[in-house]
Amino acid sequence: MNTLSVYSLLDLVIRRDVILAMRRRADVLTTLIFFVLVVSLFPLAVGSEMDMLRKMAPGVVWVAALLASMLSLGRMFSADFQDGTLEQMMLVPQSLSMMVLGKIAAHWMLSGLPLVLIAPVLGLQFDMSGDALLVLVISLLIGTPVLSMIGAFGAALTLGLRGGGVLVSLLVLPLCVPVLIFGTGAVTAVTGGVSAAPNLALLGAFLLMSLLFTPWVSALALRISME
Amino acid sequence: MAINWFKYSAPSTFYGLAGKMIPWLAWPAALLFCTGMYIGFFVAPTDAVQSEAYRIIFVHVPASILSMLIYLVMAGYAALGLIFNTRLSSMMATALAPTGALFAFISLWTGALWGKPMWGAWWVWDARLTSELILLFLYLGFIALQSSIEDPRRADRAGALLAIVGSVNVPIIYFSVQWWNTMHQGSTVKLSGTSMHIAMQQAMFSMLAAMWLYAIAISLSRVRSIILERERNTLWVAELAEVKQ
Amino acid sequence: MLEVTGLACARGEHQLFAGLSFALTGGELLQVQGENGSGKTTLLRTLCGYIQPSAGEIRWHGKSLRELDDEYYANIVYLGHANAIKDELNALENLRISSALSGWAVSDSVAIAALRRMGLRGRETFPVKVLSQGQRRRVALARLLISKASLWILDEPLAALDVNAVGLMQEILGEHLGNHGMVVFTTHQTLEVAGVATRLLKLS
Repeated sequence: MNTLSVYSLLDLVIRRDVILAMRRRADVLTTLIFFVLVVSLFPLAVGSEMDMLRKMAPGVVWVAALLASMLSLGRMFSADFQDGTLEQMMLVPQSLSMMVLGKIAAHWMLSGLPLVLIAPVLGLQFDMSGDALLVLVISLLIGTPVLSMIGAFGAALTLGLRGGGVLVSLLVLPLCVPVLIFGTGAVTAVTGGVSAAPNLALLGAFLLMSLLFTPWVSALALRISME
Repeated sequence: MAINWFKYSAPSTFYGLAGKMIPWLAWPAALLFCTGMYIGFFVAPTDAVQSEAYRIIFVHVPASILSMLIYLVMAGYAALGLIFNTRLSSMMATALAPTGALFAFISLWTGALWGKPMWGAWWVWDARLTSELILLFLYLGFIALQSSIEDPRRADRAGALLAIVGSVNVPIIYFSVQWWNTMHQGSTVKLSGTSMHIAMQQAMFSMLAAMWLYAIAISLSRVRSIILERERNTLWVAELAEVKQ
Repeated sequence: MLEVTGLACARGEHQLFAGLSFALTGGELLQVQGENGSGKTTLLRTLCGYIQPSAGEIRWHGKSLRELDDEYYANIVYLGHANAIKDELNALENLRISSALSGWAVSDSVAIAALRRMGLRGRETFPVKVLSQGQRRRVALARLLISKASLWILDEPLAALDVNAVGLMQEILGEHLGNHGMVVFTTHQTLEVAGVATRLLKLS
């Protein structure tokens, strides 16, 4: 049998997607720049009063992360769909769910991880305390993969459709609401002097559940879209 | 009842059955609606705390309940269509969506109308109202997805998958929003006590039944249109009285 | 051994074909013929498992496709209208990835030899986006050379190819058939393999 082990398959797919993205570096950078831009717009819009900004900070960063994630979803399946490589992936004796997981992992590494890394800098713009910043980064670290996974499902369902990014966002954003609530909730808890653990634990639960279900459901959605 | 249900799983036979059922649902619905509105607005006593404004709950509460119920039924039909490959189930799911969305919308508007005299604000971030808003988005997403897909088979199956994933997420979303609401000490829109006057109960049940029958009737009517559209190239449609003129 | 019985397919609302039956064994070459829109591509894609037929069965060595999954996919290779190669990678990298995914990874020397045979000597490491349409098609066809699949499903393999390449294709198909391989294809140009009778399947 030519079936690859899960590890080799994931390694192969992730490497492929990362190499492809590196040769189109502009795409990856624009997502990051968009994130920074959106976050920076808020003080301009609501004024620079520090107390208010501090309270708004987790919400602003999280919403920006959500929007940046939506923006980059087009990259996950669309290009492969158009040049025919995606349908070839469905014809190999490998698990489509695992290949989808590989693509999600690569997507997160290119779109989600940079956000996590740059968030502390943005948090400082909003005068967040050290504790709050730490929890913000952890919440993003756990939550952005979930956003990538839910996004993968939306992208798979809307493969090749006109209406593009807006349609995916309409489908995906309501499903992301719990992640948003607990992500910001964690930071608000810490600034309020309470432990962020329950919120982070719930985010962790979402991460596990998505890991379990999204690759499989997205693979199913891909097959439906390919008919 | 010894009806051969499978006979009616074919669009051609169901079309006729649905057509016969509609008047039997529509008239009682209209009757119950009038009864409910009359009792609710004229017979039921004035609430101690909220005075006349509370009467809007006779529309708001049944609409909310139905919006959630319809989503589950829609997801159920969609799942049937996906698993068993029955076109009629998928058509029913597509037919139910706009009605569900309508009830979610009504629930939101009546919630706002209730909120205004109560709290002085047109919108209140009550946990239930917020969940209702997200439910409306789930409905709209389903409708939007199906409208953007031209191939009916892909539209059915993609919509079904979305509806199923959505229904699994609804409890999660509801729980999250509840939690968020308590965290931020949001407002809670409530009735003025646990025991309701008998007339209020009657009005509530009347309106609930009316809306439920209406929902079934209108969905059946809609599914008939969908059947006609999908099967327009078949012989049995060409033979129909409505089409033959 | 591929067996198709009573296959029927519908796209959107029209029935494309029904009651289609044929069998294919090693060494056989089957051409699917029909006018534009008669369902040739749909038939090929149904054989690939993308589309569920509305009636009928497809069997591979006696077992239905629905049960088989990986076993079947290890034995087929499909070339559709799209080349299925990434513009950002070079020809060699493309072949490396597609062979790795298929489970039969080939060494670089084998891949390079295949590309050279396809007339791409000196261009193996150019990014695909600088190649011409015909050259890209040759890269796509190189996949066939390094694949170990026994069933080749080819949708207009000669598109964008010049006369030399067409001759080369005929040679390659001949070799594959000689190795007990099977080929199902559609084409708008003439494709014949020396010494092998082309079976015809007409879709009306």
